[in-house]
Order: sequence, then C-alpha cells, then structure tokens
Amino acid sequence: MSTLPTTIAAPAGVPEAKFDFVPLLLVAAVAFAALPFISASTWVTLTVAGLAMGMIVFIIASGLTLVFGLMDVLNFGHGVFIAFGAFIATTVLGAMSGYTAPGLGANLVAIFVAMLVAMAFAGAIGFLFERVIVRPVYGQHLKQILITMGGMIVGEELIKAIWGPQQIPLPLPEALRGAIVLGDAAIERYRLFAVVIGLAVLVALLYTLNRTKIGLLIRAGVQDREMVESLGYRIRALFVGVFVAGSALAGLGGVLWGLYLQSVVPQIGAQVTVLIFIVIIIGGLGSTLGCLVGALLVGLVANYTGFLVPKAALFSNIALMVAVLLWRPQGLYPVTNR
Amino acid sequence: MKAVALSRLLSHDLPRSRVLAILLVLTIAGLLLTPFIFPGAKALGVAAKIAVFILLVASYDLLLGYTGIVSFAHTMFFGLGAYGVAIASTRLGAGWLAVVLGLASALLLSLLLSLVIGLFSLRVRAIFFAMITLAVAAAFQTLASQLSDLTGGEDGLSFKVPEALTPGFHLTSWFDGRLITYYGIVMVVAISFLLLLRFVNSPFGRVLQAIRENDFRAEAIGYRTVVYRTWSNVLAAAFATLAGALLALWLRYNGPDTSLSFEIMLDILLIVVIGGMGTMYGAVLGSALFLIAQNYLQELLKLAGGAVSGVPVLSLVLSPDRWLLWLGVLFIVCVYYFPTGIVGRLRLRRV
Repeated sequence: MSTLPTTIAAPAGVPEAKFDFVPLLLVAAVAFAALPFISASTWVTLTVAGLAMGMIVFIIASGLTLVFGLMDVLNFGHGVFIAFGAFIATTVLGAMSGYTAPGLGANLVAIFVAMLVAMAFAGAIGFLFERVIVRPVYGQHLKQILITMGGMIVGEELIKAIWGPQQIPLPLPEALRGAIVLGDAAIERYRLFAVVIGLAVLVALLYTLNRTKIGLLIRAGVQDREMVESLGYRIRALFVGVFVAGSALAGLGGVLWGLYLQSVVPQIGAQVTVLIFIVIIIGGLGSTLGCLVGALLVGLVANYTGFLVPKAALFSNIALMVAVLLWRPQGLYPVTNR
Repeated sequence: MKAVALSRLLSHDLPRSRVLAILLVLTIAGLLLTPFIFPGAKALGVAAKIAVFILLVASYDLLLGYTGIVSFAHTMFFGLGAYGVAIASTRLGAGWLAVVLGLASALLLSLLLSLVIGLFSLRVRAIFFAMITLAVAAAFQTLASQLSDLTGGEDGLSFKVPEALTPGFHLTSWFDGRLITYYGIVMVVAISFLLLLRFVNSPFGRVLQAIRENDFRAEAIGYRTVVYRTWSNVLAAAFATLAGALLALWLRYNGPDTSLSFEIMLDILLIVVIGGMGTMYGAVLGSALFLIAQNYLQELLKLAGGAVSGVPVLSLVLSPDRWLLWLGVLFIVCVYYFPTGIVGRLRLRRV
C-alpha cells in the first residue's frame, strides 16, 4: 500500500495533505474482528475469498466512480459493460477450447485473450454509449438516471438477442480450478488469480492517476473542472477517455466476475449494479481509493457473514453501508467539493 | 353547471387538449365496458391490470414527475401491499377482515419504511436517493424470497379471497364475483386517481413542483424541502401499497415476479416517461398503451419476425421476445425528444 497518493513530494510551501489511514485500518479491523469466531484455517480461506471478491468489485466500480467524480455523471447502465465482458468471455473461451485443457501457460493465454477482447469490446461500447446516450444529457441528473437506465434495458436485450436469454456456463480453465492447501487452509487458485489481476489493475490505476500528466489532469478535474478547462485543457476529451477506460475496466471485471460465478445470465449487469453502487457510496462518490476500501470491506463482510450467518449475508452490504454512512455521511473518502 | 362540477372533480386540472380528452374518455369507457365488449378472461385480466397500473404509475408520477426524485423502491411498496393481503388471507383465512388487516398493516409498514428512507437519504442529492432505493429494493426482494415460511418464497402465495369476490358468487346470472372484483378495483383506482390529482393541484403540489424546478429557490422562499420531499415519498408509497393490494385481490396470488421484480420497476419508469412526466393523465394513457402493447404487441412482432425469418440479424431483433428492446429504444427517444411524453405533446399541439 506504499504507492498511495501521499508519497508524492509536495513542492515547498504547499502543505501536504495528511493522509487518512482510518478507513484502511477499518479493513484490517474488520478482518481481525472476524478471527475469534472462525477457525484460523477457515479464516484464511474466507479472507482470501473476500479479498478476491473485493478486488473484482473494485475493478468494476473504479470506472463508475471516476466517471462520476470527473463529470458528475452517474451511469446506471454501467452494468451493461460488465454483462458484455462476461458474455464475450464465454464466446472467446468457447472458441479457444484447445487452450482450456490442462496446462497453465495455455490457460493463461486463453484467459488473457478473453480479457483483452472483452476490454476492447466494452471500451468500444462505452465510446458509443457516451456518444449516443450520455452526451446529450450532461448536467441533467434526472435525465441521466432515466436515460442510462434505458441504455441498460437496450443493452440487456441486445445481449439476449445475440447470446440468447438462457444461462450460459463459463467454466474455469483446468489449471485454475481446485485449491492450494496451505497448512489447513484451502485457497482456491482462481481467487489468488483474481487478487493478482486486481492488484495489477490497482497499481496501474494508481500509477496513472498519481504519476502521469493525464492522471494529474483527471484528479484536478475531479476537484475543480472549470479551473482545468480555464487552463486550456479539453476536459471533454479527457472525459471520453475516462469513460472508455472505465467501460473497459468494467468489461475486464465482467470476465473475472463471470468466471467467479462460473456462469453468466443476461441480468448479470443489473445484479452487480446494486453491489457497485453500495461500494461507491461507502467509498465516497468519486474517490478511487474509497472505492477500493469500500470494495474490500464489502467483499470481506459478505464472506464472513456468509459463513457465520448465511441468512443475514444478503443484508450485510446494506447494513455495512448504513453503518459507514452513520459514521461518515459523505462516505469514507469524501471528495472535497461535492 | 355540469362542466363546472366535472372541472371541480378533476381539481380544475383539465386535459387541455381535445385529442387528449377524447383519448382519456376512450380509455375510461374501454375500462368500464371491457366485460361487455371484449369477451374472454384475457381481455378482462389486461383491463384489470391496466387499472392497477394507472394507480401505481400515477403514484410514481407524484414522485418522479412532480417532485423530481427518482426512486427505484416503488415496487417494494407495491409488493408490500400485495404481500400484506396475500399473507393475511393465507394466515387468517378468506374474509374481509384478512383483507382489511393485511392492507392496514402493509400501509403502516410502507409508511414507516418510506419515512425512514426519505429522512435518511432525501437530505442529499437526487442521485444518492436513487442509489439507496435501488439497494434497499434489492435487499427487500431477497428478503421476500428468503422468508419462504411467510411469503412462499419464489413460488409465492395462492390464497382465497372473500366469497363475494370469487367467480362462484353470483349477484345476478351474469354479474359474478369476478366482475364485482373488477368494478371494485376500477372504482378504488378512480377515487385514488382523483385524490392524487387533487394533491398535485393543491398548494402542496405546487410546492413539490417548485422543488422539482429549483429546490434551492424553494428552500430560500421558506419551504422545508426535506419535509415536502419526504411527504411526497410517503404519499407515493401509500398509493403504491394500495395498488399492490388490488393486484393481489385480482390475481388471488402473489409472488416475487408479479409484484416485486425489477422488471416491474422498469415498466413503471417506461410508462411514466412515455405517458408524460408531471402529468397525471400520462399515467392513464401510458398504462393503457403499454399493457396493451405488452400483451398484444408481441403477437404483432411475431408476424414481423415471421416475415423476415430468413434475414439473420433482423429476425433476431424482431423476435417477439425482444419487444422490450424496442420499448427501451422508444424510452431513450422519449427522454430526448419528448420529455413531457404523449400528454405533453398533445397539450403542445393545442397552442
């Protein structure tokens, strides 16, 4: 976690913002609070599962929260990109059936190809979505909600038209099935894989946001859009880029999520939408770091309660959201000017 | 004198367009005369559903069209009403007491829930409320299917209604319990609709519209916008609950798919937008058009699909199962070009 925003050296004279560690500690606290109730080996399994789920949700939600932060657009149709990603994965992995037989190298090739294709498609769809659906309604929240919802309906129906309305199995490639046994704890291979991919995305995202000029502009745009525009940068072009990137990330997340569930239905996007909304509300609308912390919290809490009190698992997310909002009404990492 | 009385009945909020007035009269006449003109159980079923949806959509319009807040929890209240009647009737046996008790407890629960949600999340921006309601509605839906002892889970509940509402009951040789139920529903819907019309044309309704147009200014004038928004939310929830109870009484069954599912929420949104936001009459026309389309357009699409069955892409998107695709497109076009929907368009033409 040492790559977080604080490490940027501030120019002399500008006081460096103090980094807020409390939400990060909260994640650790939640993890350790669950320890006394669960045996150590199960705890390891559940924690890895929770982190894996959190990472996948983070990948999906990061684009949404950035788009909201930068352009004040809340995309209720974000789920469409997830669904497209997952369905493209079924097609690609189905076509590459030769590569999904045993053999780690070949399997990884198949999955990476599926991810790349899904990202490319989701990005392209995102570009169209921005052009056709979102662009005419900038600045009008009510219309945005309605129209992106309409986009979601159309997207879901298109998926049904292309792939059919039924559930499609999305089996894991051979090498990623099964679990690694560490002592008493069984850790599913795919979950480790998801954590690794999630970390890679996180590092790439943090690097882009914190160490590149584009990232600087994006963060500046989140803080104060007009100021960036008045300095001569075309924030609209930047926004299209962020929207496309966010859609591509959702596509990637869709592949991972589909493999996590091992089957896909056309409603997959709508189902995840609720989850990612909870995550970005917990994190503070528009905050990337908050999105990560929110996703991890949701993943961990969902897995612990799923094990301890299965009946309550479905409400753990809502309860978590209410608790966090009672503590910090603007989310864990509020974006200052909103 | 008659015109004055009618105008008063409609809270002086007249259709203000000749075409609209004719369409409204046609719809109402259609609803009243369905049992006599269109034979068969399907037509009566569609008509009853139209009536229920008129109330449901009108109550949602109070929220979306008049107050300018987007809620995705409207089906939750709809479902509460339906489950209230269904559960009470299963537990207490068929009877008016069960219906009244079920409806009353459902209303109470709806009031509480909408009050809590409103106070909790209406302080902040519209988007926040939309997301919270989406999450709460999803949770409620899972709750309903989880508590299968109470709600019958995914299978739902089939229950008996009071004897006067059953098909076996005959008032005269042809006026049986089904017709009593049907006309009962139409009557309740008509009264509730007129009430809603009165609400939105009262000073209270004007404040809601002021909040919709500019909440900051409304607050500056001295209206507590949170209170008004919450009231709007509570009222809408109460009428949705009533609509849910009516639907359950008509179907003598309730399950997650009939009253709680997200598809119904989408239907409501589509109807409000296509019919016309902020015009109560939009709910009437929209519901009638939409439900007729839902039940009969699919057959039309089947014809179109058959005509192009050779063409690969066209046959896919024109298949009758994809009718929602076209409604979605229509929805987007409506939000862009006809933000006031059918009713707004018709009223514009008059000028």
